[in-house]
Amino acid sequence: MSNASATTSPPTVPSDPRDAPDVSDPARRNLIIGTAVVGGLAGAAVAWPFLASMAPSERAKAAGAPVEADIGQLQPGQLMTVEWRGKPVWILRRTPEMLKSLTEDTAQLADPKSLRSEQPPYAQNETRSIKPEYLVAIGICTHLGCSPSEKPAGDPSMGSGWPGGFFCPCHGSRFDLAGRVFANMPAPTNLPVPPYKFVSDSKVLIGEDNKG
Amino acid sequence: MANGTTTANGVKGTVNGKPGAGQQLLDWVDARFPLTVLWKSQIADYYAPKNMNFWYFFGSLALLVLVNQIVTGIFLTMNYKPDANLAFASVEYIMREVPYGWLIRYMHSTGASAFFIVVYLHMFRGLMYGSFRKPRELTWIFGVLIFLALMAEAFFGYLLPWGQMSYWGAQVIVNLFGAIPVIGEDLAVWIRGDFVVGDATLNRFFAFHVIAIPLVLVGLVAAHLIALHETGSNNPDGVEIKKLKDPKTGHPVDGIPFHPYYTVKDLFGASIFLILFSLVVFFAPELGGYFLEHNNFIPADPLKTPSHIAPVWYFTPYYSILRATTESVMPWLAAFVALVALLTAISVRRKWARLLALGIGAVLVVGFFALEAKVWGVVLMGVSVLIFFALPWLDKSPVKSIRYKGPIFKTMLALFVISFIVLGYLGILPPTPIGTIVSQVFMFVYFGFFLLMPWYSAIDSHKPEPKRVTG
Repeated sequence: MSNASATTSPPTVPSDPRDAPDVSDPARRNLIIGTAVVGGLAGAAVAWPFLASMAPSERAKAAGAPVEADIGQLQPGQLMTVEWRGKPVWILRRTPEMLKSLTEDTAQLADPKSLRSEQPPYAQNETRSIKPEYLVAIGICTHLGCSPSEKPAGDPSMGSGWPGGFFCPCHGSRFDLAGRVFANMPAPTNLPVPPYKFVSDSKVLIGEDNKG
Repeated sequence: MANGTTTANGVKGTVNGKPGAGQQLLDWVDARFPLTVLWKSQIADYYAPKNMNFWYFFGSLALLVLVNQIVTGIFLTMNYKPDANLAFASVEYIMREVPYGWLIRYMHSTGASAFFIVVYLHMFRGLMYGSFRKPRELTWIFGVLIFLALMAEAFFGYLLPWGQMSYWGAQVIVNLFGAIPVIGEDLAVWIRGDFVVGDATLNRFFAFHVIAIPLVLVGLVAAHLIALHETGSNNPDGVEIKKLKDPKTGHPVDGIPFHPYYTVKDLFGASIFLILFSLVVFFAPELGGYFLEHNNFIPADPLKTPSHIAPVWYFTPYYSILRATTESVMPWLAAFVALVALLTAISVRRKWARLLALGIGAVLVVGFFALEAKVWGVVLMGVSVLIFFALPWLDKSPVKSIRYKGPIFKTMLALFVISFIVLGYLGILPPTPIGTIVSQVFMFVYFGFFLLMPWYSAIDSHKPEPKRVTG
């Protein structure tokens, strides 16, 4: 600080405050801490809109309308795939032999009664369906999201005694013809069943059920 | 170059005793920017060990490939469209209709694989000669961060062609985050920007690939080099050349100036590398499906996963570890973790460290059985990469270089390389029961190399390090 009252002595050069003896001024220190805290909070607050902008947009959230599938032409044993919310939904018309295999493999399954798996209550049964003849399931493996492929009974690549079902090419999970996962597979749970209802004998509406 | 012109009177940069125009310009710059100082301290008067061998080519080659990726990437961006409906066709447009587009794209796609080849060999050099050890821990850590950024860059870039492998690869990797308990599912949705991999995902991956990660990568490369030039390079003998300096010049007696000695050596390495690189670019750009996978020439189909999907070769060792972590391997993992925790508890002196080791071990062992194997697969895949960070503190050998280390370290390093290659090979193949068992065995070898190192490197024999570098 320059000495303003010393009129007779020559003017002194203002000293650099950094040269002053090291005495910390608590008031200034608190001001620095306060400024840093407020600045840090402001920085964090500014980050929020950027992080939030990466969440699904309103358009992406709205695009979830139910889809209707025509199953009139589906032959026994045939599988069809429809797209619902960007995901493959399978509709498999099961033959009596296929349905019979579902009662024989329960000992080898990880969750035969679908207690840990995702499905509407009306599909939590042995065939995981409303009508045993038609399996409706989301064809996305519960491990890491690949779409398994259909492997008919006796497919040589599946080893002996394969009862028919689905095989995930990514990590080798195996599912039976009700989408139930076999034990000791990477996939933890059965294939999810979406909400659906039969509009008529030949039309299925996927993404909507009678509860709304 | 920066040393100015040599004129008829033989004195550098002067004309009739006065500074020449070149020297004047250099003086003008030096008064404002330390150009000459930087040139001398970092290149012309930067002393590197005189015995750096073949394995020291790969650092400068990595820099060369980085430049290749940035330059070719800029030109690809001029014609590529980051839109789920247009992306696949725009890549084909680059390949067929843009003049020399095929060349620029093949340079970029070959460069991606070349980057990993060069970086893996560079890292192996570090493992062999103990380059990660004191005082170069931060150079190593910046290097591992570069490796992580490189993996992110490769992953984001792989979605852009919007082929079947692009799509399903991204689907699997993003779903890895979904395995995290409680927040996982929301996190995966946030990363994708949609409930499935789609246009939003493609667009943001494009942003990460062309600007966010490259900026980070360049900054990390700068930090890696600054840290390296602070300590100086290691060498195949692992002895510090700075310990023995010429009293007259102050330079290490076993050091030679980086320029011209190593600039010329690296240029030679670069020319050999570019010959091999060109052979791939011009004659085998897909390299039999390893550099560009066959299924990626099919447009992305969200309803159908190809019958065989695998990541590109450079990710397959980690992918194998993910696949190998099944329910049946958890008891073995628990036993392994218990062993390491007990060994740690016996070896450390402080009581709190003992309790910490046993506590972490106990939590992990319980966790192995409490949480799904799927979660641990993701964790172990992450650990298999992150564990490189710990390396500077795991090696307890009194010597750095493999030249003076004993048979145990040599055997373990050889086993590690074998496990890396076997895991990588199995990761390319479809999953089979026997393949899973083999990859489980090699997963333990992989982790054993790191986690048992504090003990096997301590009990291993060693030869005395020489005072000066050899050969």
